[in-house]
Amino acid sequence: MGAPVPFAFQDNAEIALRFPDLHPAFDRQEALTEANRCLNCFNAPCAAACPTHIDVPRFIKKIGTENLMGSALTILDANVLGASCSRVCPVEVLCEGACVMLGYNKQPIAIGRLQRYAMDYFLERGGRLPQKTDQQRSQKIVCIGAGPASLACSAELAQRGFSVTVIEQRPLPGGLNTYGVAEYKLRAPDSLREVAMIADLGVEFRFGVSIENENDLAALEKEYDAIFVGIGLGAMNELRIPGADHPDVVDALEFIAKYKTAGGLRVGNRVIVVGAGNTAIDAANAARRLGAQHVTIVYRRTERDLPAFGFEYEHAKLEGVNFEWLAQPVAIHTYPAGPIATLECVRMDDERGPVPTPVPGSNFHLLCDMVIPAIGQAPHGWLFARTHGPKYYSGGDCVNGGREVVDAVADGKRAALAIVKSFEGVHA
Amino acid sequence: MPDLSTTFAGGIQSPNPFWLASAPPTNCGEQVMRAFDAGWGGAVWKTIGEPIMNVSSRYSSVDWNGQRMMGLNNIELISDRPIETNLREIAEVKKRYPKHAVIASLMVESTREAWHDIVGRSEDAGADGLELNFGCPHGMSERGMGSAVGQVPEYTEMITGWVKEKARTPVLVKLTPNITDIRQIARAAKRAGADGLSAINTINSITGIDLDTFEPRPNVDGLSSHGGYCGPAVKPIALNMVHQLQNDDASRLPISGIGGIGTWRDAAEFILLGCGTVQVCTAAMHYGYRIVEDMIDGLENWMREKGFDRIEDFRGFSAPKVTDWNHLNLNFKIVARIHAEKCIGCELCYIACWDGAHQCIHLDGAHTKPSEVEAASRARIAMTPIPKLDRGVASNGASTRVPRVDEEECVGCNLCALVCPVENCITMERVENHLPRKTWEDLVNGNSH
Repeated sequence: MGAPVPFAFQDNAEIALRFPDLHPAFDRQEALTEANRCLNCFNAPCAAACPTHIDVPRFIKKIGTENLMGSALTILDANVLGASCSRVCPVEVLCEGACVMLGYNKQPIAIGRLQRYAMDYFLERGGRLPQKTDQQRSQKIVCIGAGPASLACSAELAQRGFSVTVIEQRPLPGGLNTYGVAEYKLRAPDSLREVAMIADLGVEFRFGVSIENENDLAALEKEYDAIFVGIGLGAMNELRIPGADHPDVVDALEFIAKYKTAGGLRVGNRVIVVGAGNTAIDAANAARRLGAQHVTIVYRRTERDLPAFGFEYEHAKLEGVNFEWLAQPVAIHTYPAGPIATLECVRMDDERGPVPTPVPGSNFHLLCDMVIPAIGQAPHGWLFARTHGPKYYSGGDCVNGGREVVDAVADGKRAALAIVKSFEGVHA
Repeated sequence: MPDLSTTFAGGIQSPNPFWLASAPPTNCGEQVMRAFDAGWGGAVWKTIGEPIMNVSSRYSSVDWNGQRMMGLNNIELISDRPIETNLREIAEVKKRYPKHAVIASLMVESTREAWHDIVGRSEDAGADGLELNFGCPHGMSERGMGSAVGQVPEYTEMITGWVKEKARTPVLVKLTPNITDIRQIARAAKRAGADGLSAINTINSITGIDLDTFEPRPNVDGLSSHGGYCGPAVKPIALNMVHQLQNDDASRLPISGIGGIGTWRDAAEFILLGCGTVQVCTAAMHYGYRIVEDMIDGLENWMREKGFDRIEDFRGFSAPKVTDWNHLNLNFKIVARIHAEKCIGCELCYIACWDGAHQCIHLDGAHTKPSEVEAASRARIAMTPIPKLDRGVASNGASTRVPRVDEEECVGCNLCALVCPVENCITMERVENHLPRKTWEDLVNGNSH
């Protein structure tokens, strides 16, 4: 499967078995038929809806003529993480949601799966990103964080002849693509394969490096001509109720990262996920696939207010996840021997005002042996607040509050172009 | 219940106008009997002559837009079975299916004796008619038969004449389209006394070349040869040639229409241009004999809906509606009208009109060029709508993408309506200009109304 992944990683056979592709790859005939169904709209709404403005009809028509190399390069020209975006993008609310076929009571073109078809072809043949210039530029740029925003920024700059370093505190690159995306959408090895393609441009990666204080920043400012901050969001919010310090209370991102990259297959039999965003749903589905018999999402509002995408909610129901609406956790109770026994909740009333309020005396217990809080991430503290000034650029979740991979890519690329522009007229 | 039975070319009876063309589906008696069981009204036997040797492979096709076999090409020759076997099986089929039409397709060396011999033996076997294969464009033509005869009026007239000296059943001449003017051959056949025409045979073709091996298809040990093209792709060519033959007094004979017929709709079109029967090959090779069920059913339902009791009621009905360009009304004016409520915003009409027609469809009040429209789109910042972060975000706004036609500039060419993927979204509307009908011929002759 293409170029070797230069980052130490042990693929896990059981994970592969439990998390098969949610949307399997197209075969040739499927891809050709689907590509030919595309109307090839002029000034296509799908391309306008894509945060990276991939020229969707163009890459699809190239699949139709079996110019797969040209198709992949069309995608990569707009979006260097075209491979992971093809799998993780919520296409229902982006390109496919804008497809004119929907106005015709037809299924939208399967843009995501066609994009994956072209990108798989490219990566499996060891495709390399093209340089956009022959010139070697003297400026040095550092990207803090190795998530999608920094990857997009670093690739664009490296393609334009700059020398780029990416520093990352974790042992693997890719950010949420590697650690946080549900495995049935994007496998960690596939995320790493994509990063390897960017490393191949000459981007230098340093792992286990964290920026702790002003001295660290000062050192970067001294060494580099521009600094891109792509640090994402901070730690997940904690469940501030009695008993939340129990070892079987594991936040959603930690739970997901463990099974994806650290062989963490352990899961309770009765699992409660608190919160109903997209991450909560990823964690709940993962708990089911790892073997939990009962998985319940507890949410303090109603189905109507669900923050997750509608298609994610439908998927969770198919995975066998239950939903407990209008319930707010108040305490975690344990057996004397140690394991979690119940999650105590209070019923909420949403008809008295804009914010649901607890109904006095309505407390009830839900049996469980594991609790997974998924109630959002806090923004990063001092680092993000500190990074302003002419050398600093930023993008991705740390700026937009937590959107999608494709938004981070668009941010990273825009930042790179702004950095390039800032160097114009500067003779080094 | 409409009556589909036909009497063709002065005596060939069949329960319906659907015949299998002389080709692999009519290779042997067992096949023809199964075809009759499925509902086919007649079969033109795979061409009988001195047995030949075939190559493998023999077919190649053109796929289009994910659909298989828009066009099929073959380099198979005439029957590879002994003449006696074919004739014995014809006799067997006629004994069991006396009401169905069995036509013997014939091709032998160009001598009077050879033709007299095969004509006599075929009729003795019970054939209801004879079809002279002067059309086969590959292989046999290199041996002085098939289209080598059908491309030379004198040869066609001579051999048809020999056949007519001997034949007691109707004689059909199968015409090749691989000629500048198909009427030249039809006239020769008619002069020699032919009772009917079968048109068209396959069209010379090379279907494609493998871009990895550089070898053309169909591949025979690294080489290929031009073959005969047929299937849905050739229908418009066949319809035009059928019309040419019908429109020429010196050519006009009963025609068995051939070329891309796969459904009752195709058949109805050939009959509307004057054909008395139709012949099918590719569609039967693609899907089997069973397709005739809907051909019969669909044609009957259509005839009932239109009030036709017999094939003759509508045969040739549309032929007078095809005329020379000279006779078309220059004062007939139509313009495109876009029905906004049906428009899905693909803007294919806009780009088609700008690049392929007359720049009279616009996206706004101004005449914005396509490149400017695209540049404005790419400059826009788009973000994933996240329910938590953006409550109440608007839709993609497809309804704002409805283009506008400048009816003053529109020349009524149809292109926008042709590219529009939504049925009846763009209609071509008559503009009443109160001008009298005027043709090019009128202008040249100085006629005025």
